[in-house]
Amino acid sequence: MTKPKIAFYWCASCGGCEEAVVDLGEGLLAVVELVEVAFWPVALDFKRQDVEALDDGELAAAFINGAVRTSEQEEMARLLRRKSAAVVAFGSCAVSGGVPGLANLYESRDILDLVYREAPSLQNAEGTLPAEESHVPEGELRLPSFGASVCTLDQVIDVDYYLPGCPPPTGLIASAVTALVDGKLPPKGAVLAPDVALCSECPRATTKPDKLLVQAFRRPHQALIDPDLCLLAQGLICLGPATRAGCAAACPGGNMPCTGCMGPTSNVIDYGAKALSAIASVLDADDEDEIAARVAEIADPVGTFYRYSLPASLLHRRVRPATEEKEEAAP
Amino acid sequence: MSENHFQPKIVAFFCTWCTYTAADLTGISRLTYAPNVRAIRLMCSGRLDPQFVLAAFRHGADGVLIGGCHPGDCHYQQGNYKARRRVELLRAVLRDLGVEDQRLRIEWISASEGEKVQRVCNEMTEELRGLGPLRLEHPQRQAVEPAGAGEAR
Repeated sequence: MTKPKIAFYWCASCGGCEEAVVDLGEGLLAVVELVEVAFWPVALDFKRQDVEALDDGELAAAFINGAVRTSEQEEMARLLRRKSAAVVAFGSCAVSGGVPGLANLYESRDILDLVYREAPSLQNAEGTLPAEESHVPEGELRLPSFGASVCTLDQVIDVDYYLPGCPPPTGLIASAVTALVDGKLPPKGAVLAPDVALCSECPRATTKPDKLLVQAFRRPHQALIDPDLCLLAQGLICLGPATRAGCAAACPGGNMPCTGCMGPTSNVIDYGAKALSAIASVLDADDEDEIAARVAEIADPVGTFYRYSLPASLLHRRVRPATEEKEEAAP
Repeated sequence: MSENHFQPKIVAFFCTWCTYTAADLTGISRLTYAPNVRAIRLMCSGRLDPQFVLAAFRHGADGVLIGGCHPGDCHYQQGNYKARRRVELLRAVLRDLGVEDQRLRIEWISASEGEKVQRVCNEMTEELRGLGPLRLEHPQRQAVEPAGAGEAR
């Protein structure tokens, strides 16, 4: 019997998800026993043509990490979708946009200007910007186009399963691969992680007070963090109560608050809204000015509550004021 | 007057004990107010999930109004304070996402303040008329699907 074929691919991502696969360690050998890796640009020398040569649906599964912004990422996602029986959105960026998704706070034009024209470390006297087409003596060069906003994988292609995390915990990766090989797959659309809040597996949960009230929020560098006590009770913005379990509370275990990479549990549509709701609820302030003062102390509210999920949120991106929109109207 | 005929849509979440009762009083008192407001009754302003606000915006609301009991008067003791904290934090997030402060308003309106419902609804409608519609973008890719791009090479 031939082994099922799988593919790994990366879009807008940092490479940490690939690292998580390698983190399986010797477990990776067991995976390779069970499946044939048909495509994995970061580790193996297969090319796009090798994927194109496959029959439609020939891949048992494609694990795609990273958010989608460029036309190249979009094309590869569509190609892998066509060639795969199942597509797994792998990691927070593919699931909900991830850290690259925070680029949706800015316009693509402003990002290119900053990176290629304004950054103080630049030497670009001609103000050259990447162009989709450029003509050189040798001929014409082409680059992928830079999309107007960062999208999650399922905003571009149909996704069968979601494996959240930044990166996904190795235990969940191993059980996802095993389930695929054994054909013991959950219903389409399932998130391959437990459907309970992180507090349920946090070693500090026993010290969480029944009535949790916080006078003021602190950032990790502003506090000497008690290694055993509930982080929220210490005034740190720990998003554990709003976040899905599955990572064995790796960050609270390392004396850092949860930032929410596993995303919400299944009943939540908008992670950031739910997370800010949880944090607002524990703030011990009733007076309007006092509340405003405490809220003003939260640095970067969008980056705090939507660190991994701005493209997946109900608003998707920063709203363009009507005046800016007119300038951008021409496609 | 201006020639601005834009009709903003406002979704209002009113608590059943104070503001919703006040809105009833507005009607009983034969006071008219802008028909741009669609009221939804909650048991308490503390029931307001910030997701409700974002979902309203996503589904076409240009503004969201929240009405609860005056501080100290909550039927459930603490609900309106909870709403106040959530709205303040949500506003901080919305500001960074380019949504103007005036699109999210919270007001304390007791059951006897029918005329305040009228005033607040009219004020907010006019304010949003000046501000214009909230234009949210859909997350779908705008790029044309590269049909057969895979086979091209």
